[in-house]
Amino acid sequence: MEVAPFSDISYERFLSEEKLMGSRCSNCGTLFVPPRAICIECHGSEMEWVEMKGKGKLAAYTCIAIGPPFMAKEGYDRKHPYVSGVVELEEGAKVVARIEGVDGSKPETIRIGTPLKVEFLHRGEGKDLRTFLAFRPS
Amino acid sequence: MRGRRKLGRGAAVVGAGMSRFGMFSDKDSKCLFAEAFKEMLSTVDKGVDAKDIDALYLGNFTNDFFVHQGHWGPIISDLLGLTPKPATRTEGACASSALAFREGVFAVASGFYDVVLVGGVEEMSKRNTEEVTQGLAMAASPYEVRAGFTFPGVFGAMATAYFAKYGATREHLMNVTIKSHSNARLNPRAQYNVSIRDIMNQKIEKAEAKGNPLPTWRDEKEFLRDPEANPVVAWPMHLYDCCPISDGASCVLLVAEEIARDFSRNPLYVAGIGQGSGKGLHAKEDLTYFEATRYAAQEAYELSGLKPEDIQIAEVHDCFSIAEIIHLEDLGFFGPGKGYKAVEEGLTRLDGSKPINTSGGLKCKGHPVGATGTGQMVEIWKQLRGEAGERQVSIKDLRIGATQSLGGTGGTCTLTVLERR
Repeated sequence: MEVAPFSDISYERFLSEEKLMGSRCSNCGTLFVPPRAICIECHGSEMEWVEMKGKGKLAAYTCIAIGPPFMAKEGYDRKHPYVSGVVELEEGAKVVARIEGVDGSKPETIRIGTPLKVEFLHRGEGKDLRTFLAFRPS
Repeated sequence: MRGRRKLGRGAAVVGAGMSRFGMFSDKDSKCLFAEAFKEMLSTVDKGVDAKDIDALYLGNFTNDFFVHQGHWGPIISDLLGLTPKPATRTEGACASSALAFREGVFAVASGFYDVVLVGGVEEMSKRNTEEVTQGLAMAASPYEVRAGFTFPGVFGAMATAYFAKYGATREHLMNVTIKSHSNARLNPRAQYNVSIRDIMNQKIEKAEAKGNPLPTWRDEKEFLRDPEANPVVAWPMHLYDCCPISDGASCVLLVAEEIARDFSRNPLYVAGIGQGSGKGLHAKEDLTYFEATRYAAQEAYELSGLKPEDIQIAEVHDCFSIAEIIHLEDLGFFGPGKGYKAVEEGLTRLDGSKPINTSGGLKCKGHPVGATGTGQMVEIWKQLRGEAGERQVSIKDLRIGATQSLGGTGGTCTLTVLERR
């Protein structure tokens, strides 16, 4: 079977299949999530796909009251902020993601270091279907 | 040149001007640039004939999608009567005109040109806040955008990481805002040339006139803690942590060092320039600094032979309050985790040992993104030449000033060091 190109398009397609995938350098073993086609450690270009377990902890976050139109469409606004964050995966790499299951209007209750598990948000229909990476407290 | 890096020949700034920064329904990019150009000409002590300008380098970021017009280099060149001289547009998000400046320096240093015009322009206020937020986010990493991050959101997240690592709080960010506003109060060209106390008084007067219950804030921090007065944008970034949406233009005239005195009695020599690039938020090793700023600073210090402590005054890219604190550390003015304490101790105030953003910064002077880099230089031009009026700093033998710009979420950062000799 042909290996999927190490592109954002492949990364997104895996997300739509509910898989959080990264690339690992065959030469030096460094892991990249989202995938990179070129290793920035050794500049090797032999990569292999690896699936993440989907567990991590919260490294940074923000509660967004003024978001872009596509978030407003989901019902978020100044009264209903959503949360975006940086998640440090168990495997060591970091990803940016939506953070679900926390109260964006009570930012003080959200704690850095909170253990999280992955979730996949499927939004839109037909050719507009997109999957967004999310995490929620485990 | 004293440092490890070298320019082929030196360059100097002999004129600097800016338009008013603000939200203008009746001013377009051309009209704003004309305003900046006119002011710049008036600052060239011995005068300059516009026909002697060899080339234009112009920074602009958002006009393609906010006003649906691209290719601004020749448009501005034509506006100023510079055609058929070459015009080159630079794009580095909010650092666009800082990049234009650097390209201008290289053009002069190479010996190819003697006199170049460098500037920036941006026209943003004709779009609503959501559209501007979405447009600016085009300069973030694609992963950030999909995760719902906005610009204030990225800086908000970095603030939570900074708070967790160093023990700073929102209260410390307020010190930055209060200082910026108190400086801007003395800058008649600032978009918001009012102190926080002035704003509080205005709101109290308004409530009084309407017969509403009077607000009871005891001090500036209590005002900034009030969610009605200072709502969340992207926690912990609140309204008063964020720079405004602005229209504006700025430009400086750069000439070869050996002819600088033909134009100016008091030129500012380019002592150092540096530029770096940085990774997206998720790929940062540490969320509390910008690798691109650290690299840019290293380049600029290597060229100038100067150290952070030699920089007497600086304009830094305070698009958000937390950014100012992080820049102070990345430029080496204060150690990692020490920036917020320095601000709290008043060291960065107008009367402090290291005055920062005497213009009021992006927060109050305004942030027409493409115009900001050279706009910061206009303030350093005034301060080093002793022409800053009421907000003139009183440092003895003031000679060396710097400007630092940041594009996107730290993807492009620059440091420029200017020196009076």
